[in-house]
Amino acid sequence: MTEVVELNQELATLSRLLVLGALTIYVVSFLLLAWSLTQKVSAGKNDKAANLVEKIGLGVMGLAVLVQFVGVLTRGIAAHRVPWANMYEFSITGSFIVTFIYLVATFFKDIKFIATFVSGFVVLIIGSANTLFYVQVESLMPALQDYWLVIHVSVAILATAFFMIAAALAAILIAKSGKSKSKLLKVFPTVEKLQKLSYQFNIIGFILWSFTLIAGAIWADKAWHRFWGWDTKEVWTFIIWTIYAAYLHATTTRGWEGKKAAWLTLIGFTAILFNFTIVNLFFKGLHVYSGL
Amino acid sequence: MASSQQSKYVVRKEYNEPIEAPDLTIRSWLRWLWRQLTSMKIALFLLLLLAAAAVPGSLYPQRSADPNGVVIYFRNNSDLAPWLDKLQLFDVYSSSWFSAIYLLLFISLVGCVLPRVAVHYKALRAEPPAAPTNLSRLPEYKKTAIDKADLSNAIDYFKSRKFKVVVKGNEIRAEKGYLRETGNLIFHISLLGVLISVGLGGALTYSGQRVLVEGESFVNNEAGFDSLSTGLLFDPKNLTPLSLKLNSFSTTYDYLNPSNYAKPIDFIAKVTSTVDGKKTDSTIRVNEPLMLPAAKVYLTGNGYAPDLVIRDANKNIVFAGPVVFLPQDSNMTSLGVIKVPDAPEQFGMMAFFYPTVGQLKTGALTSTHPYTWNPMLSMNVFVGSLGLESGMNTNVFDLNTHGMKQVAGGKSGIKAIKLTVGETKTLPENLGTVEFRGIKRFASLDVTYNPAELFVLLFAITTLFGLVLMLIIPRRRIWVMKTATTVEVAALAKSKDEALGKIVSEVTKALKKKKKK
Repeated sequence: MTEVVELNQELATLSRLLVLGALTIYVVSFLLLAWSLTQKVSAGKNDKAANLVEKIGLGVMGLAVLVQFVGVLTRGIAAHRVPWANMYEFSITGSFIVTFIYLVATFFKDIKFIATFVSGFVVLIIGSANTLFYVQVESLMPALQDYWLVIHVSVAILATAFFMIAAALAAILIAKSGKSKSKLLKVFPTVEKLQKLSYQFNIIGFILWSFTLIAGAIWADKAWHRFWGWDTKEVWTFIIWTIYAAYLHATTTRGWEGKKAAWLTLIGFTAILFNFTIVNLFFKGLHVYSGL
Repeated sequence: MASSQQSKYVVRKEYNEPIEAPDLTIRSWLRWLWRQLTSMKIALFLLLLLAAAAVPGSLYPQRSADPNGVVIYFRNNSDLAPWLDKLQLFDVYSSSWFSAIYLLLFISLVGCVLPRVAVHYKALRAEPPAAPTNLSRLPEYKKTAIDKADLSNAIDYFKSRKFKVVVKGNEIRAEKGYLRETGNLIFHISLLGVLISVGLGGALTYSGQRVLVEGESFVNNEAGFDSLSTGLLFDPKNLTPLSLKLNSFSTTYDYLNPSNYAKPIDFIAKVTSTVDGKKTDSTIRVNEPLMLPAAKVYLTGNGYAPDLVIRDANKNIVFAGPVVFLPQDSNMTSLGVIKVPDAPEQFGMMAFFYPTVGQLKTGALTSTHPYTWNPMLSMNVFVGSLGLESGMNTNVFDLNTHGMKQVAGGKSGIKAIKLTVGETKTLPENLGTVEFRGIKRFASLDVTYNPAELFVLLFAITTLFGLVLMLIIPRRRIWVMKTATTVEVAALAKSKDEALGKIVSEVTKALKKKKKK
């Protein structure tokens, strides 16, 4: 029998404050990074002051992610479970993972130039989580009480993080391969380099997304008495998988590997955002876990 | 624009599958069609088409996932719905157009992958291919001046990194990463396996639904189910012989936390199953189906079943037993229908059950809590033919009041009959009495078995395995050419490979080393 556990609303309030604190720090990092970017546009890619401010901006982002981590952690402790059972929690955990993976990746890949986009995106996510999706901590409904919640959702979050970074790179690629002669575009690496980087993040995202899909089917077989039933969320998970599968084919098809593949990346990521927002809130289905 | 035209031209020129103009013979036309179908561009196109075709299934209710939604859609859009139905928009995933797309995609897959299996099998046993005539045109190339270079250092380099190496005179051919193509083939063939297993599973599966009130039991055969759907190849005679009794059903509510006060935390159905004469007690919960041989039993719903006794004017019992009431909201306001065909004059009742009765501002009754803290039953009575003799299959949860006269509740002038547990009330029109004997819980159970499920899972796992191999492992070919005074090192990869340049420099460095003594 599932025990009724006492939820800690005071700790949840503290968690919300920490997340809001992190949001403020993210805004600061976004401003620093945006300033550094404009400085690079006017003074060149290797401007010393701009690089220094970029470093500081990334450092501030690191501080924000640390504060956000404590916020996410306390939310989980307050609820006595993993902090990703409704839209608010999915947003704060998801944006934490996006930033964390991004910051770790900057040590291995030269992707500092999208820092402004990442921090801007995270500000948007936490901001809307706090204003639109906020709910008090609640216990899990019986359908969610399973260890697959830990596996299925956390991997979905990871996949989304990798897809997000790939999408930011693809957006720059599209801008760069257009006719615009904007000085801003000169700050970014070559189209070939962007293509490579975007591909590397997309393939990891795709592997994780495939796992999410399989894990979801295993769980659905346990909780919903069938492994696949074309529930609206299942439909969109399938659509997203198919778009990224098309992307992978595009990368090896002549004439498609550059701009067109980048467009597929953007379409795929738009489908992910659509799946997370519109499908969650307005479509009828079994995945009704927004908590709103 | 000039630049974009130029780039298009380059693409055309390099495009390695020129589109042949079809000539007039059927055979060559078919060959042309086959080549088109198995090309990468078509696979890409079909994938995008499949993604787009899946969208309407999330916009319109689907008969497979939400049959009730389809009924409601038909009711609200009576003009449009039949047209949408003709386009199979309520059965998207079994529609002819959706099936056509994925079948074409899989034909394309087979046509593309099978020849590659043969090619890859040969490549695995063959030596790395000879160097292209002009090495400097490869993506990575380095020419270094070394007098009478010794190739053995480079060979050692390749061998220590598990390359397949052959030396032909002054040329080294090395290749590595065959697992990339192996993974790619495993991935695509496994997808085919998933599709076939899903199809086969659909034909061999069954799924039966049964509502059981506490104390009731049922047998796993056609007559034992309220509804049973079977695949094309499943014979209901092959249903696993078993019986199941619902001993008790209970819900755990949270009374501790204001944020989810009175929300259900756990649903527990205690059952006794009998298989081959062996009785076993078990618990079924959400996420915890009962696993029996060739049958899985799931808990899919629950509610209240008020236990009623109805006596006619002469005190003869004309109806007795629990009646399943369907929950209408989260506080379990429930709706039930009682039909009394054996009374001297047929009558039926449409009744609401409120586990914890409360009143809305309008004066209407409602339930304010899902648990039976203050239960009440409220009944509207209709006199007249129940239509059971017509031979038509009538729904037990629906009372067709057409042609019946309402004698209690509504506009009949007589108030609806309200009962609390233990009470007996007199029915109007000398129909007799109704007694509310007690409350039982019911559980909706789903018994299902899909023999191909395990294969779907296995193929899904190999799909993932193949995917990881094909995306992570780089396939590389390296050539070293020696002349009297120079060494050329060149490399080619099947994918975007950042390490290629590094390998070429390392090989060159190895060649510069002095001979090992």
